[in-house]
Amino acid sequence: MIDPVILLHPTDNVVVCRRAVSAGEKLQVQGQSIVVAANVDIGHKIACLPIATGREIIKYGMAIGSATGQIAPGDWVHVHNMRSNYIETHARPDTGSDS
Amino acid sequence: MIANGYLRSDGKKGIRNVVAVVYLVECAHHVARRVVDLANDENVHLVGFPGCYPNDYSYRMMRALLTHPNVGGAVLISLGCEGFDRLGLAREVRSSGRPVETVVIQTVGGTRSAIEGAATAVARIRAEMARTTQRVPVEMSDLIIGTVCGGSDGTSGITANPAVGRAFDRLIDAGATCIFEETGEMIGCEGAMSVRAGNPQIAAAITQSIANAAAYYRAMGHGSFAPGNADGGLSSQEEKSAGAYVKSGSRPISGVIRPAERPERAGLYLLDVVPEGSPKFGFPNIADNAEIAELIACGAHLTLFTTGRGSVVGSAISPVIKITGNPHTYRRMSEDMDVNAGRVLEGTATLDSVAAEIVELVCNVAGGGQSKSEALGHREFILTYKSIEAKGPACHPG
Repeated sequence: MIDPVILLHPTDNVVVCRRAVSAGEKLQVQGQSIVVAANVDIGHKIACLPIATGREIIKYGMAIGSATGQIAPGDWVHVHNMRSNYIETHARPDTGSDS
Repeated sequence: MIANGYLRSDGKKGIRNVVAVVYLVECAHHVARRVVDLANDENVHLVGFPGCYPNDYSYRMMRALLTHPNVGGAVLISLGCEGFDRLGLAREVRSSGRPVETVVIQTVGGTRSAIEGAATAVARIRAEMARTTQRVPVEMSDLIIGTVCGGSDGTSGITANPAVGRAFDRLIDAGATCIFEETGEMIGCEGAMSVRAGNPQIAAAITQSIANAAAYYRAMGHGSFAPGNADGGLSSQEEKSAGAYVKSGSRPISGVIRPAERPERAGLYLLDVVPEGSPKFGFPNIADNAEIAELIACGAHLTLFTTGRGSVVGSAISPVIKITGNPHTYRRMSEDMDVNAGRVLEGTATLDSVAAEIVELVCNVAGGGQSKSEALGHREFILTYKSIEAKGPACHPG
């Protein structure tokens, strides 16, 4: 069976979903067991290590921003709990459906 | 030999033989579009510049596009009073060995006369091209291949973009020239990128161009990050950057070029599309097609376009090949997608097998096979005002 997440670089503190992952699913990342805290969509990130407020989010072995709150392993990591270190992320205020 | 191409008088070889119908101001757009519609020929393409005021960048872009190896001739449509230097453009296109005619709407008596006159000009130019254009074998070393991404999501950076990166490695090893862009989407990657520079001057040029892009986008208020990117799982500009950067593969970077500047020798080039200094005319590129036009103006015979959310665009002048990294997007939009790199996520392909597929498709499309967007008739084109200094080859390896 294909692993539902990918660790892109050994120093990363997030993994990327290869498919939609459901809350409560158990993941194995580098020998650690992680329980997913929320439903997370394909291409989105899940923390695989604890990340303290202000610490860098690492993906591809590169910093992609900083945590704006405490992040626990299994948490969905996105614009609600991280921000760019370069420039403010511009998102639509409502990410609901068109129909 | 990978294609039976078209020889131009400068020795360059095209993989298409396009007649460009060019509006030199928005006021001439309708006439030009009608001429293209009437020609009803997949090799007659519409390009143009909407502004009334002259702009050095736009002139250089248009000159580079009309003397691109895929272009065999041009018909210029002018209203008559706009600022574009139509005489200079016609002279330069003619001196490149290409037939060119100009129709001035105010002179010929209005819309109908201009459409008729320009349609006749297109027919004359096509006849001359058919009579005089020499066919010639095209090798990998003749090809320039660009890459761009649009509608990225969290899958782009882990499937489609690294697959294109591996395809770039193979193409460069086979003698091709490859161009990646754009510096605004590589903010945060400057350290990793400058390590790959062919020499210290190129490394400095890379660092400088990223610093310039970061300052420019900061002044604009936000970067190239679109709301759809966040829906797809990307959380920051630099996360998008890292995913975009992997399109460049792993070969050394031979130089930093500017729009409408053609690489002088084979290798891998970074196209820096961001204007110098403080913002002058707004966003560096207002949409993906503005970047594709710049890649083509740098000589790209075809463009590899990676998408997560699902872009549909093609381009005038040079074909666009679509690679999606998202298997759901591929299934939803398979009529628009040439390659499904999303199979890497599902375990039915590897990055290397997708890279091999991309290289095969490059050869096929260079040989005259149509990409999906080309077959669907996508011939989008955007050219707007911009402030880019003509720097010359200072950033190429000495």
